[in-house]
Amino acid sequence: MSEQRTYRAPSLVLESVSVTYGEQVAISDASLQVEPGELMALVGPSGCGKSSLLGAINRMSDGVSGCRVGGRIWLDGEDVRQRHDLTVLRRQVGMVFQQPNPFPLSIIDNLLFPLAEHRVPRGHRRARAEQALRDVGLWEEVKERLSRPALGLSGGQQQRLCIARALVLEPRVLLLDEPCSALDPVSSRVVEALIRSLKGRYTILMVTHNLAQARRLADSVTVCWLEGQCGCVVESNGCEQVFENPAHPITAAYCAGEAG
Amino acid sequence: MITTSSLPLSDRLLTLVLRLCGVLAALVLGGIVVVLLVQALPFLINEGAGIWQSTWQPGQGEYGMAPMIAGSLFVSVLALLLAAPVAVLLAAWLRYFAPRLRRPVLAGVELMAGIPSVVYGLWGMLVLVPWINQWVPPGASWLAGSLVLGLMIVPLALLVTDAALGQLPLRYQRAGEALALSRVGMLRRVLLPRAAPGIVGGVVLQFGRALGETMAVLMVCGNVVQWPDSVFAPVRTLTANIALEMAYATDDHRVALFASGLLLIAVTGLLLMASWRLRGVSHG
Amino acid sequence: MADRVAWLAGWMLLALVMVPVALMVTALWQQSADVLSVGFLLEDPGRAGRSGGIAALLISTGWILALCLLVAVPVGLGCALYLSESLPADSRRAQWLGGVLDMLAAVPSIVYGLFGYQFFAITLGLGFSILSGALALSLMVLPLMIRSAEQAMRAVPMGYRQARDALALSRWGWVRRILLPCAAPGIAVGIILSAGRALAETAVLLFTAGYVLRRPDSLFDSGRTLSVHIYDLAMNVPGGMPRAAATAVVLVALLVALNLLVRRVLRQPMTEALV
Repeated sequence: MSEQRTYRAPSLVLESVSVTYGEQVAISDASLQVEPGELMALVGPSGCGKSSLLGAINRMSDGVSGCRVGGRIWLDGEDVRQRHDLTVLRRQVGMVFQQPNPFPLSIIDNLLFPLAEHRVPRGHRRARAEQALRDVGLWEEVKERLSRPALGLSGGQQQRLCIARALVLEPRVLLLDEPCSALDPVSSRVVEALIRSLKGRYTILMVTHNLAQARRLADSVTVCWLEGQCGCVVESNGCEQVFENPAHPITAAYCAGEAG
Repeated sequence: MITTSSLPLSDRLLTLVLRLCGVLAALVLGGIVVVLLVQALPFLINEGAGIWQSTWQPGQGEYGMAPMIAGSLFVSVLALLLAAPVAVLLAAWLRYFAPRLRRPVLAGVELMAGIPSVVYGLWGMLVLVPWINQWVPPGASWLAGSLVLGLMIVPLALLVTDAALGQLPLRYQRAGEALALSRVGMLRRVLLPRAAPGIVGGVVLQFGRALGETMAVLMVCGNVVQWPDSVFAPVRTLTANIALEMAYATDDHRVALFASGLLLIAVTGLLLMASWRLRGVSHG
Repeated sequence: MADRVAWLAGWMLLALVMVPVALMVTALWQQSADVLSVGFLLEDPGRAGRSGGIAALLISTGWILALCLLVAVPVGLGCALYLSESLPADSRRAQWLGGVLDMLAAVPSIVYGLFGYQFFAITLGLGFSILSGALALSLMVLPLMIRSAEQAMRAVPMGYRQARDALALSRWGWVRRILLPCAAPGIAVGIILSAGRALAETAVLLFTAGYVLRRPDSLFDSGRTLSVHIYDLAMNVPGGMPRAAATAVVLVALLVALNLLVRRVLRQPMTEALV
């Protein structure tokens, strides 16, 4: 059995974060604050740097040549950009992508492989894998065919497997980049329900185009917009606030579906 | 980047091995040039100018390669003149006039491209040379070499042209169809000119390979060191010369052959770079 | 109207190319008809190749091919991995390396033969041997192997690389469990193409592997390949034509088989995804 988790979900604070690719500024001066255990939706039109912002948090941006990140990112008060060990960081911050991307391995190996890579003791691996599959509601569906290829699963199942793969490393923060946009409506609902069940245990930052979805799931919302070629944060507030009582005219227009 | 201290040992080892492999390729090229230079340089310094003479008599210290350089050039140029138009036009025809034939013909052409040069040479000896001999003896000649070499060039030139044409945006073709322009006209005025840099680049590459070809020309050219007075005269190429004489060459003779190898590599290298320029390939 | 003429002209061009090839095949077939048989493949050559078969040559060819691939495949894979994993696609080093590989591919085979002779046979003291020939051949085949493998590796979907980064997986783990299995069909094609290229080569082997006609006893023995045999019988042995043609038929048959194998392998990935 996996060890009892004695920690609580951390707070995630971005302070004037900017992401630049060479000459091109993707997003600048982005500030937001996610409370422990909360789900914050990151909304806004395409191209305003929302995905880039996610990439800065788990430092995937480090691997992109010519990419520079400015500002500070605090995970429970600790500056992410000062960390030396990326392996630990990426264990603590899990990421799920828009297109489901399970590895071309068997279902169970998709989970065992990362566990092996992160040196989890052999004895614990199976148990953690099973737990992760239960957490995403896949266990009953796949327990009879764990050795079958993951690519044989449906789109929605693959995405849930990808979420399980992130969960299996016992992260504390989840970064979700439009996790439902490549799925059909039925699978989308299932994944949404899953995400709702994860709130509280993890601090979640989710990029989404779907305002209705944001309304359903989020505790707080950050609205991004494009100013010229560069993205910026327009408003960041509790969910109710943003939708009922937007402080910024762009927010009002966006939420009313007029712009973007 | 991830700092190296956090990478597992296996990764650090892997990175090292991979870097070695990458360096190896450069080492090989450098090695070839260096080895040839080391052998040929003393010779080139002493007898350099002699290369351009017309008398090749190694026994008497005469190392005039001019007739053989001419032989290589003449055989390759004629082969190119014969093969390139056929290959380019055939590729265009397959794409725009007979698209259903394209896949099977390209498959056959790929097979042709894989046939060893000795087999082409063998056929040349068996059939082509005797045939030419009936018209103008001796048969083994510049013409025979160019015909065989031309046949060898066609498959690759065809594939290169097909690739270049395939890169053209579809809208050109569509526009032509919408305006009911003749396909010949489209080809002549629009498609071929647009694809020309890629096609010419590819053809230049084939020219380089033709210059470097050894076995087929060795088998059908007659191998007489002389300036040809007609297409029916036997010639010897630089490559064939190396193949024929290396076995028993000693000292200066041997070194002269290395020098001719150096010349070959220099010329093919230059042709390759010209081909890059034409095809817009950036290799620094 | 012009189109109609062009259409006809195209057929003539096609004939111009196909007819000589057909003639070539029939001529070879006719010349070899008396000699070609199963026995031809199993007997050793006699009387400088005027009689007997090509068994010894098949063995030598096999050895040279095997050794060549044994060297070229790992080194080629390593180089391809370096290009696709360690170097960003558009970096100067990657372009430069690509240029070096193109250069290597353009070097005439006789020059590889000269280099092999001087370096392997003389400097390294390997003499005329299967080892010399195989090493020189592996250098020739390397650019082709690298290019095929690199293409296969770059074709691995971006999504896998993203997941790998997000999970902070080690490079070796990635290569071993995902990259190589995924790129395997393309790499296999590269190996088969390289084998085909190696089989067709002659000039490289003339001064490295030598000419000896009998079965090799060791890797340090000289050995003759099928292609060299064709050359020798045609040029140096009176009355050797029928057997030269027969050897050519065997060689071409082998190459056609390899070509078909490539087609087979390339079609497979599609069925895998449907499992």
